[in-house]
Amino acid sequence: MTFVTGLTCRECGRGYPAEALHVCDYCFGPLEVAYDLDAVRASISRESVEAGPRTIWRWADLLPSSPPGGVDLGAGGTPLVRADRLAAELGLGELWLKDDTRNPTGSFKDRVVSVALAKARELGFKVAACASTGNLANSVAAHAARAGMRSIVFIPSDLEPAKITTTAVYGGTLVAVDGSYDDVNRLCAELTSEEPTWAFVNVNVRTYYAEGSKTLAFEVAEQLGWQAPDHVVVPVASGSQLCKIEKGFHQLAEVGLITEHPVRVSGAQAQGCSPVATAFAHGWDTFKPQRPATIAKSLAIGNPADGTYALEAVRRSGGSIGSVTDDEIVEGIRLLARTEGIFAETAGGVTVATLAKLAAAGTVGSDERVVAYITGNGLKTVDAVSPVVGPTATIEPTLAAFAEAIDFQEA
Amino acid sequence: MPTVRIPTQLRTLTAGQGTATVDGSTVGEVLKALDAAHPGMNERLFDDAGALRRFVNVFVADNDVRFEQGLDTPVAETETVSIIPAVAGG
Repeated sequence: MTFVTGLTCRECGRGYPAEALHVCDYCFGPLEVAYDLDAVRASISRESVEAGPRTIWRWADLLPSSPPGGVDLGAGGTPLVRADRLAAELGLGELWLKDDTRNPTGSFKDRVVSVALAKARELGFKVAACASTGNLANSVAAHAARAGMRSIVFIPSDLEPAKITTTAVYGGTLVAVDGSYDDVNRLCAELTSEEPTWAFVNVNVRTYYAEGSKTLAFEVAEQLGWQAPDHVVVPVASGSQLCKIEKGFHQLAEVGLITEHPVRVSGAQAQGCSPVATAFAHGWDTFKPQRPATIAKSLAIGNPADGTYALEAVRRSGGSIGSVTDDEIVEGIRLLARTEGIFAETAGGVTVATLAKLAAAGTVGSDERVVAYITGNGLKTVDAVSPVVGPTATIEPTLAAFAEAIDFQEA
Repeated sequence: MPTVRIPTQLRTLTAGQGTATVDGSTVGEVLKALDAAHPGMNERLFDDAGALRRFVNVFVADNDVRFEQGLDTPVAETETVSIIPAVAGG
């Protein structure tokens, strides 16, 4: 069972039943899932959560769909690792990394897709669809295959080759669109009106889908011994993930699983696609759409659906939003790999490089307990680093050649 | 006359039709004519100050009018104006 009472418009407050609706019919504002949190509070406990599966479904009481039969690939339950070497490099104190590269298809998208398709099946949908910058494409194609649903996935045609292959292998319909992600997204928003029997995970079932990101906060709090951290750093594409992480910590306190603790929420963007960071820097109430040009394609949304809400969440929490160049992104990937043994995709490079900037500026403090979210696996964007890393030397198979080429220092 | 593509959310005002054909040579004129043909559109598309609501995107020939001239963006006779909910993606 779930504790959902319905959907509510964030803008005008109108209520709707928990169906395949994502925006308010009246004002087009986004719909949010409403829960009977008093009932959740009465039902849930640390013990009941800890007794649940080691996936996002241990949080089913705070999600809009029930644990699925057949849709599950085991999303969530990823490690939270203490990152002392990276912290030392950045001049920080207690730094943790939420390693969401360790999901079934290598990114946090498995969390949201699992929730979305569980709900879609409950609503009777047989087709899973999405507009994607790659990670979502992987996840929808894989989960649909697992669930025996048909899938139709739309991507920009200039996506990284690895992300195209790792979607196509699952055998669904994959449509490459000549245009930016924002163009693909617009096409899918229009298609949703024409194909009402398709569950577009990030359009008509987006309200449910987005809730899956709350588990990024839930897991971190549990892994820190049922406490919220002082400061989180989150990559920003549509802004949904950041908003839901903020909401997740509050909701855990509301249902009595943790003590309310202020969490500063900071965002990370690539300079080549930084509508939210730019609005933050200028003190604007909302963002101006941009035309993206960055290697961080998974974050390249120039017209982010939750950009304004992300801006509000960051300001409300006392956080900041930074942005970094493509070169800094590549350095961020290398720094994370070199210091902590985690290979992240470009979005992870954005997060680490932004964290470095915020740390240098004193915005993230050395006295704070900090969690950085690393949301995708580096094997998806090998092209970003392959020009700058490679063999130290290529030699003939002889001791002499080795001795000549390599001066290896053990310490 | 330009064609306007109507999203699901507004089809209660168009008797279920997904498109409408109305007069106008700018986005503002087209949307005004749309309201005349299907009363109630204005209230849904515009806020109290007369600006397009925050979560309403309008495209002319596949271009977001916010990158063009907003409500003053010209619309040719043969072009399509699409009204699309902004909340999608990511």
